[in-house]
Amino acid sequence: MEKQVILDPQQFDLTVTRLCHELLEQHADFSNSVLIGLQPRGIHLVSRMLDKLQEILPTPPMCGNLDITFHRDDFRRREIPLIPSVTNIDFSIENKKVILVDDVLYTGRTIRSGLDALLTFGRPIQVQLLVLIDRRFKRDLPIQADYIGKSVDTLNHERVKVSWKNIDGEDRVELYIKQTHE
Amino acid sequence: MVKIGLNFILNKRMSSLSVDHLLGIRNLSVDDIERIFQTAQSFKEVINRPIKKVPSLRDITLANVFFENSTRTRLSFELAAKRLSADVINFTASNSSVKKGETLIDTVNNILAMKVDMVVLRHASPGAASFLSKHTKAKIINAGDGTHEHPTQALLDAFSLREKLGELNGKRIAIIGDILHSRVALSNIYCLQKLGAEVLVCGPSSLIPKGIDSLGVKVSHDLTETLLWCDAANFLRIQLERQDSPFFPSLRDYALQFGLTSEIMESLNKSIIVMHPGPINRGVEISSSVADSSDSIILDQVENGVAIRMAVIYLLAAQIER
Repeated sequence: MEKQVILDPQQFDLTVTRLCHELLEQHADFSNSVLIGLQPRGIHLVSRMLDKLQEILPTPPMCGNLDITFHRDDFRRREIPLIPSVTNIDFSIENKKVILVDDVLYTGRTIRSGLDALLTFGRPIQVQLLVLIDRRFKRDLPIQADYIGKSVDTLNHERVKVSWKNIDGEDRVELYIKQTHE
Repeated sequence: MVKIGLNFILNKRMSSLSVDHLLGIRNLSVDDIERIFQTAQSFKEVINRPIKKVPSLRDITLANVFFENSTRTRLSFELAAKRLSADVINFTASNSSVKKGETLIDTVNNILAMKVDMVVLRHASPGAASFLSKHTKAKIINAGDGTHEHPTQALLDAFSLREKLGELNGKRIAIIGDILHSRVALSNIYCLQKLGAEVLVCGPSSLIPKGIDSLGVKVSHDLTETLLWCDAANFLRIQLERQDSPFFPSLRDYALQFGLTSEIMESLNKSIIVMHPGPINRGVEISSSVADSSDSIILDQVENGVAIRMAVIYLLAAQIER
């Protein structure tokens, strides 16, 4: 399998820093805004951004994790995880501005499920979407991100892998290109 | 705050249960029990949300088929199915064609002809659920078959215990009361032993089946001795409706010998967890003061019952192919 680096550790850090500043432009002191990471991989981006935002803001923003397993539209249609990760939202999202955070935006189906799951916690005044990587032109549903780390053009059989220093050893985004033998 | 838990147990997250139906605890593996608990933990979080419902089983219909009276088990199953967005129909024998002589298989096949996917069955005959699973296409969940098993009750008991005690390995659990007529006792013994706990049964010798020690449980006829030994005590209801002839002189006599009171609790000089599957005969198995005390986890058991039943329905439904 051939691979291509999309973000190296240095670019990765710059990108996350830029995303934080874009959020600050829109949400100022986060007094009415919350970050919610989608399980299982979006939560790492939230915690990384939280580290950076804490250095800038006097009070850190409220953050939560959201698991979408029970809200998926492909239950019993393919081999998907049955047993969910932890959902942990210990504050009310009623009338809050919610920023949903995930690592990669691809078909948009995860985000659709995420919106569905989110609304069982109340009625936010606004929901925005932040992603580290946007695989553009690949959507199954009319969903777009408000904040994008980097957009990439990919083919369906290619795979984007986001690695995190605290779990995978290094911050890095790579594109894996499967060789097709036809 | 964001908790980065190591909550990916990837190898276990994919799979469903090793069984096609939930007929008893006896044929479940330890992995199955762990998987049900892990799923139930997530559903417990769901049922504490403002909107306590997930859309997973929108295309599933479940029938509660109850040939014996039950309030909480049927309600708990009905609520569990509804929280998963499944459709639920209820069938009770008292107002049905069973009275007109219809057989069990005919009754259930008639219900299944209305496109029902899962059946929750309570029946007075041991083995009824297993029999039905061999003769129908639906997924069967045993909600009590005579004096045999009541698997979801045992699962919710063990789940509730684990919330209070942590891992059950090496813990001492006593089951007190009418062991002879109880399906809860047998399922509990299987479940607790699979999780590594030591089990003791206590009651008048007339209510303890002969040969129960072959299951590897201790036997006692002394309440105080039992309570001093155990970390948690599960008091079973005296099932007056199952007793053809009296097994003890009087209810008052039973309450004096095996009823738990706050005086006994105080005399132990240690705290134990008090459980009861309900419905309680207040003043017989447990006095009101103990039932309503902080040692009692009776209402936790009821809350966890919905989460456990959601997990069982969800994991079995995952096996249904369309």
